[in-house]
Amino acid sequence: MSAGRDVAMIPDARPPLVAMRGISKRFGPVQAVADVDLSVAAGDILGLLGENGAGKTSLMNVLFGTYAADAGTIEVDGRPVAIRSSADALAVGIGMVHQHFELVPRHTVLENLLVGRAGPDGRLTRAAALERLARIGCDYHLELDPDRLVGDLAIGEQQRVEIAKSLVRGARILVLDEPTATLTPREAEGLFRALRSMAARGMGVIFISHKLGEVLALTSRIAVMRHGRMAAERANDGSLSKPELARLMCGRDLAPPEKPAMAPGAPLLVLDRVSARGRVPLRDVSLALREGEIVGIAGVSGNGQRELADLVAGILPPASGTIAVAGRAVPDPSPRRMQALGIGRVPEDRLTTGMIGAMPLSESMALPWIDEPPFSHHGVLDRRAIRAFAAAGIARFDIRTSGPDARTGTLSGGNLQKALLARELARGPRILLAAQPTRGIDVGATEFVHAQFLALRRAGGAVLLVSEDLEELFALSDRIAVMYAGRIVADLPIGEASVERVGLLMAGVEERAA
Amino acid sequence: METLVTLLDVGFFAALVRISTPLLLASLGELLSERSGVLNLGIEGIMLFGAMTGFTVAYFSGSLWLGVLAALLAGALAGLLMAFLAVVLGVSQHVSGIGLTLLATGLSFYVYRLVFGQPASPPNVVPFRPWPVPVLSDLPVVGPILFNQMPLTYLALLAVPAVAFLLYRTPWGLDLRTVGENPRAADAAGVNVWRMRTQALVIGGAMMALGGAYLSISQFNAFTFGVVSGRGWVAVALVVFGLWSPWRCAAGALLFAALEALQLRLQANNVLHVPYQVLLMLPFVMTIVAMAIVSRNARAPAALLVPYRKEER
Repeated sequence: MSAGRDVAMIPDARPPLVAMRGISKRFGPVQAVADVDLSVAAGDILGLLGENGAGKTSLMNVLFGTYAADAGTIEVDGRPVAIRSSADALAVGIGMVHQHFELVPRHTVLENLLVGRAGPDGRLTRAAALERLARIGCDYHLELDPDRLVGDLAIGEQQRVEIAKSLVRGARILVLDEPTATLTPREAEGLFRALRSMAARGMGVIFISHKLGEVLALTSRIAVMRHGRMAAERANDGSLSKPELARLMCGRDLAPPEKPAMAPGAPLLVLDRVSARGRVPLRDVSLALREGEIVGIAGVSGNGQRELADLVAGILPPASGTIAVAGRAVPDPSPRRMQALGIGRVPEDRLTTGMIGAMPLSESMALPWIDEPPFSHHGVLDRRAIRAFAAAGIARFDIRTSGPDARTGTLSGGNLQKALLARELARGPRILLAAQPTRGIDVGATEFVHAQFLALRRAGGAVLLVSEDLEELFALSDRIAVMYAGRIVADLPIGEASVERVGLLMAGVEERAA
Repeated sequence: METLVTLLDVGFFAALVRISTPLLLASLGELLSERSGVLNLGIEGIMLFGAMTGFTVAYFSGSLWLGVLAALLAGALAGLLMAFLAVVLGVSQHVSGIGLTLLATGLSFYVYRLVFGQPASPPNVVPFRPWPVPVLSDLPVVGPILFNQMPLTYLALLAVPAVAFLLYRTPWGLDLRTVGENPRAADAAGVNVWRMRTQALVIGGAMMALGGAYLSISQFNAFTFGVVSGRGWVAVALVVFGLWSPWRCAAGALLFAALEALQLRLQANNVLHVPYQVLLMLPFVMTIVAMAIVSRNARAPAALLVPYRKEER
């Protein structure tokens, strides 16, 4: 059926740690997983790739007992097991690190580790857990202070808690669902080191990621899912390349973004020495965005990028300085006004300040203009117009959903982002403000998003691209501005920017004027 | 002022402890429910149901302890019903709780009428008498305040450390708190969320009903329709006041009881020359004031009011 069977034949005939055979799972009309085989041997790090909605997470949820499979069997150490709940999965040694951590921020690390584990005498076996935690710490470089509140930990440390939770329970197979999506590069390195030492000690690791470079660097085998089926399974022996993996995932070749040279036109958005309060106060920020220009904002998370985006969107009022759009000063910016001035906004938090998860997609997509014709007349919604607008966007942007009436929250990250873009681009904005536009979305959707930015640029619009993905910034930007501690510390034409230079600026290393 | 001070004698503190009993039991029961993520607004009705059941069974069996047992069972059943509505069916917790209060109240009145008709003077039982604890009750000051109380009062006082121990020192308590904060995390750790919530509601319901039964067979000797008169709602407020901690919650119950005891004494002595209705209001007014101050930093269990559905992301 697939190459997987051959690879799974291990010469010494020891059964794989875990083998899933013929797994199928259907959600209503959607066949999420169709007849999939997957196995992991001791010492394996299996990379599981696929576009959003390809069925990776559903397959792993079947393995972890969150969903019941419609068909198929699971074997652990060659013996068939019935996994009906997370408890069953944990009992046979399968642990899962979810993309959104399943932690209680108000509890301590230790409490998070101990939940669900009654000791033999009915009391918390604190000592045993502490001992295990210490051993995990030195075996896998996953040091944790058991008494700290999880809510006080950095994201990378919270992930360690999540991993430790599985290890404390004696997991031998660890599934990680997009573990690096929110990690800094340094934290990701630490994670990879831990995963390698787990594999070296005979554990099996299943690693789901959209970042092809990571998968190539870390894994020993790579499995690619497409439309719920296993599309390919290969040993990662150096013969695989990023473009090839991307082709296996999407079923077609991905074109690198095409960015013709263009002379920038008149300034569209000008910030002149703007300061603003915020969690990270903005200080004397000056920035110009001209027609036909994509300006990238680089910076380590939490250095004022979010505030800058909110400022341009009219959410955060400036304390001093001026904002001008298309040559005219905006004395009193508000979200409405900035929107009316042609600024489209694709926010970082797709489901909090972007769309409303509980609403139907159609309403989420019409939301910014819901009080204007054609969406409403004299204060009464025109549902037909709203639905038609959404349907047009769904068709044009190939948004995978059951339709305009689908609950917004049920869309995957990539499709949600497409819906947001469809909404914001529908009114022909001159300026697009995009924050972390491709975080957590797959290569196919990323290509699509980037193509939209470049199309706007070609049409003489401008894009303010806030991103923590340097690769993305360098591929798209005409200029890169680096933020540090609420200031713009450098504003470089792309020809003068290098990853090293930008990286140093991001870290707060000052450049001496040449 | 002097008269006020003379009011605060040993008898005052003994009364305070007595009055706090139903509040302690009910608010701890509510606290357990809320810590699992379920607001149980059926509390007022469950207390009344417990008061009626406890009284009726004690009246006919002649055994107060059988009455206590019956009240516990009645409360557990009511908690089970709440669990079916709010946990299994996932009905809005506000609606199911208020519905349960209406049902339990109506049912209590109905059963009482059915059993006793409309007698000229309400039937009564011989209520619990104080159980002086040997040796300890002879201690000065502390003896009469803490160790010469009704058996159910001892139970209520012991329930505070018991609930605290359960919540913070046992795996069951950790699982329960996790269920109330992040049920998905609990589920992923192999904890059955519905079972935990149901258990909390059943135990909590039993404690609420016991608080009600204390009123009809210990504090008073009869069941009347107004016997609970808002104590359930006060208990709900006390949980918030106590920031969902059993110790603080108990402190709140004692504070409320102190104000109640004070207002009773002021009424009896009439030293302040104000209408007695004003005095009746006093504990409630003070509760609102205290709540307004304390609740600023109140943070409910994160999953409170949120029904848990497994296959929903």
